[in-house]
Amino acid sequence: MKTDVAVIGGGPAGLAAALKASEQAKVMLLERENELGGILPQCIHNGFGNFIFKKMLTGPEYAHHFMGKVEKSDIDVKTETAVLEINEDKTIVATNPSDGILEIKAKAIVLAMGCRERSRAQILIPGTRPAGVYTAGTAQRLINIEGVMPGKRIVILGSGDVGLIMARRFILEGAEVEGVYEIMQKPGGLTRNVVQCLEDYGIPLLLSHTVTNIKGKKRVEAVTVAKVDKSMKPIKGTERVIPCDCLILAVGLIPENELSKQAGVVMDEKTGGPVVDEHMETSVPGIFACGNVVHVHDLVDDVTMVSEIAGEYAAKYATGEIERGKEIKVVVGDNVRYVVPQFLRSIDMDNVTFYFRVKEEDKNVKVIISESMAIFEKKERIVKPPEMVKASVPSELLKGIQNELRIDVRGKYEK
Amino acid sequence: MKSKFTCIECPLGCAITAEKKGDEIIVTGNKCNRGKDYAIRELTDPKRILTTTVFVENGIHPLLPVKSDREIPKNLIKKCIGELSKVRAKAPVKYGDVICKNVMGTGANIVSSCSMVRKNE
Repeated sequence: MKTDVAVIGGGPAGLAAALKASEQAKVMLLERENELGGILPQCIHNGFGNFIFKKMLTGPEYAHHFMGKVEKSDIDVKTETAVLEINEDKTIVATNPSDGILEIKAKAIVLAMGCRERSRAQILIPGTRPAGVYTAGTAQRLINIEGVMPGKRIVILGSGDVGLIMARRFILEGAEVEGVYEIMQKPGGLTRNVVQCLEDYGIPLLLSHTVTNIKGKKRVEAVTVAKVDKSMKPIKGTERVIPCDCLILAVGLIPENELSKQAGVVMDEKTGGPVVDEHMETSVPGIFACGNVVHVHDLVDDVTMVSEIAGEYAAKYATGEIERGKEIKVVVGDNVRYVVPQFLRSIDMDNVTFYFRVKEEDKNVKVIISESMAIFEKKERIVKPPEMVKASVPSELLKGIQNELRIDVRGKYEK
Repeated sequence: MKSKFTCIECPLGCAITAEKKGDEIIVTGNKCNRGKDYAIRELTDPKRILTTTVFVENGIHPLLPVKSDREIPKNLIKKCIGELSKVRAKAPVKYGDVICKNVMGTGANIVSSCSMVRKNE
């Protein structure tokens, strides 16, 4: 089987990339579930699409918009199709119930597999292994799609956005939420979610706390929570046993890159995703990546926007239209944890948007992008690790760069 | 009585205090006017879009995601969701179909947030 562009993953990233690529090239979209939309159909709350649609849509509505377009397009959609292997020569081995094993030769590939949740095993909570320990996303799927309540008395560990949203959902569905426990000193999710999901419903948020034990034989009977010190070690004597029947883990998301690694793309340790240039092309020519597989985004709107770039340039690559210039590295400077794209190769778009996260909260700062001297500056009233920062730089400022580009967040500006 | 809010208009998250003094509402702690408007709205008439699910018969999934087509008073959200737990939609459902009219007398209709085809179709 042959195609110009193969897109792996039918969530928001894959949908946007496939649609954009299909304007110029033959596209195949591979999705392991039997429906498109990725995680959106289970995100029934609103808050999606504020930038793209200027409206607050729910997850299913946001997905509906793109799925409708895909239906009308000539994209070859293959659902229930799991990709097993991607080779560096861009051959994809996949499997589904009707074709058995498929071999697809693509001219370009877009990796759009999204991310997955960290689980109990990854955060090493001691205790027994009873039923009733779920990740927040699993609980979300159970409640919002399957119609199953995972528990009645809930303890939530982690204050990431999914955990906050599930705290509210549990309350609305008639369960009791004992509290949200966060190991860090600041909430992990967006401020608006802390307010609208916890404060609105009087759910306590306990910072610098963690779960140190799980009790129960068949079913969770209780968890032990404790305060932690600055090095995140539990403080003796602060333990409290909380009777509950369900522990929800909202302890972070990791880009899902088993296939990317197999394809030989260079990874970024900080993001957990592949390094990409401004076209979202990885280190392997013709393999592109977008969405949460690259780094975990706060907003689906951003995913859509970068995925359209990936789709457009994947189609251009497949039809032989990409020209590359000198490779310019983008390095992180003061108070920057990571930045995407990690390098520039063409600078042929009107502007290049840098997405990055800071290490520490700061106020009234400048985002400075510099070669030897600053070439772009932007003011931010506040930067926080949970809120992604963006800087859109006109390409004319980037042209002529010879060395590394550096991005810093520092210096107070006068208000 | 003083009411405290965390503003959600931007990531700044100002801690705002609003107090009713006669006809006037005194807002402090806000760094901009959007914060003031937010606090007044939250103090006088807090409203939210309701999002939940209802049961659906013969659908490919047991539940249908729905939302209110306009904001409804915050204190009615839980009651409305309780009311909606009695609703049974029937597949096929189209995106935007009205599932429940004028829920609890709020003036808001509950509409489907996705399309759902019938089982085995």
